[in-house]
Amino acid sequence: MLENKQEQPAVIIEHLTKKFGDFTAVDDISFTVNKGEIFGFLGANGAGKSTTIRMLCGILKPTSGRGIVGGVDISKTPEKVKAFIGYMSQKFSLYDDLTIEENLNFFAGIYGVRNRKEAVKKAIKSADLTGKEKKITGSLPVGWKQRLSLASAVMHGPSILFLDEPTSGVDPITRRKFWETIRKLAEDGTTVFVTTHYMMEAEYCDRLSIMRAGKVIAIGSPNKLKQNNKKDSLEDVFVSLVQKGVDQ
Amino acid sequence: MSEKSVTVRNLTMSFKEVQAVKGISFEVSRGEVFGLVGPDGAGKTTTMRILAAILTPDSGEARILGFNSAADREKIHDRIAYMSQRFGLYQDLTVEENMEFYADMYGVKRSELKASMDKLLDWSSLAPFRKRPAGKLSGGMKQKLGLACALIHTPELLLLDEPTNGVDPVSRKEFWNLLYKLVDEGLTIIMTTAYLDEAERCHRLVFMDKGKITARGTPQEIVSLIPGGVLKFNSDNPFEESNKIAESTKAVSTVFGSQVHVMGSITEEDIQRSISRPLQITRTKGSVEDAFVYLSETNHA
Repeated sequence: MLENKQEQPAVIIEHLTKKFGDFTAVDDISFTVNKGEIFGFLGANGAGKSTTIRMLCGILKPTSGRGIVGGVDISKTPEKVKAFIGYMSQKFSLYDDLTIEENLNFFAGIYGVRNRKEAVKKAIKSADLTGKEKKITGSLPVGWKQRLSLASAVMHGPSILFLDEPTSGVDPITRRKFWETIRKLAEDGTTVFVTTHYMMEAEYCDRLSIMRAGKVIAIGSPNKLKQNNKKDSLEDVFVSLVQKGVDQ
Repeated sequence: MSEKSVTVRNLTMSFKEVQAVKGISFEVSRGEVFGLVGPDGAGKTTTMRILAAILTPDSGEARILGFNSAADREKIHDRIAYMSQRFGLYQDLTVEENMEFYADMYGVKRSELKASMDKLLDWSSLAPFRKRPAGKLSGGMKQKLGLACALIHTPELLLLDEPTNGVDPVSRKEFWNLLYKLVDEGLTIIMTTAYLDEAERCHRLVFMDKGKITARGTPQEIVSLIPGGVLKFNSDNPFEESNKIAESTKAVSTVFGSQVHVMGSITEEDIQRSISRPLQITRTKGSVEDAFVYLSETNHA
């Protein structure tokens, strides 16, 4: 479906490589992510996922190759990327001793959101936390923290959202509600770039890539990956592809 | 000694005004893998801490390996291992040094340490990395080292609190294979998890919700609590269509990837009526995750 879109892709990666001394963390990877796509980024621990994300967020400079994020070249002007991306990690980066409202105010400030009061109000509503504005963040259930964290990551209306294992440790119902929200963001045009270790979650993505030892070894929709590898579940696809490399 | 590793009777526990555990009872047999499953705030971690003799319950009793959790703390600590998500490894100590550190903490005799350490290094496939600092191990290897450290004093009961968060599927599979090897040797395991494909691997489960046990049994028994099984169909707009069914019928409807799963007293025709496009609906028994969603949603109503 999304493959046919005529628009400029949200992310273009060509021969992207990152070396740390002798170690090649990301080894000549190429792919594109379309606008409004939910793109799942899978791989074993240490496969190079985080290094790739750090390059795309303009935090790490590539050793070679090219990365264009939202039209911006990450090698030339990485600082420009930060204005239109949102980032949420499993650690939530919230201030535990601030209230819900104070946290949102703080992030609105960092991101230079205009009309801050209105934006905070909107974020509270979107996170379904109305009436709970004065609660201290540290004492919130994980599911609430997760919603608050997402709301703070999208306050400045980013066009590309990076989610790093966003639902680690939340229960299935909370997880599903989270994905419903992500789906809505994507329908409104936000591109979502997500890493996860849970194949149940990978099923919610439009397309997936699987990394092993710095290389992208498979890419396609969840159904296509299952068909190509003749497996019934993504778990089996993942284990067979990643283990193949380990045994060699 | 009895064949029950753990017997819990009418356990309650409150923190300030919050009652975290509201009178739960269960038993775990020797050599069983027993799962505590439930949404955030269900009381799982509190229950685990009582079992680990870290917290003293307000009322009720937990007998761990024949000892009372409130009265015989030290005897319990000598015989169990408790591994939480944030298991403390010393990043700058090597694999071996971490294991030695935990051995000393547990008072493992130096004469017994070598045999125990060799066995665990072999079991976990960490032997080639014994001189590597823990900080330089991959996520999966760190987790295995955490487990090896927790087992250095050869406990009879292993308590795991969400042990596989943030671990990739290959490492997770390996982790489970390691656990089953331990169970074959007679170890009892109690674990909490938010991932229900993992719960399927337990021998028996209890579902907890708001401090109470809402269901218990083998994974098969839990799945059979969904009356009539699960009706499934594929969708390009799964959330939208699932919500439509939930609003127009009394069924529980949920989304798995691009599939809608419908449960409860509902027929294929009912589903077809609320979705105005031709559907290919199949009926299956369902999974533990389906059962979890069904039980949580029907308990709320």
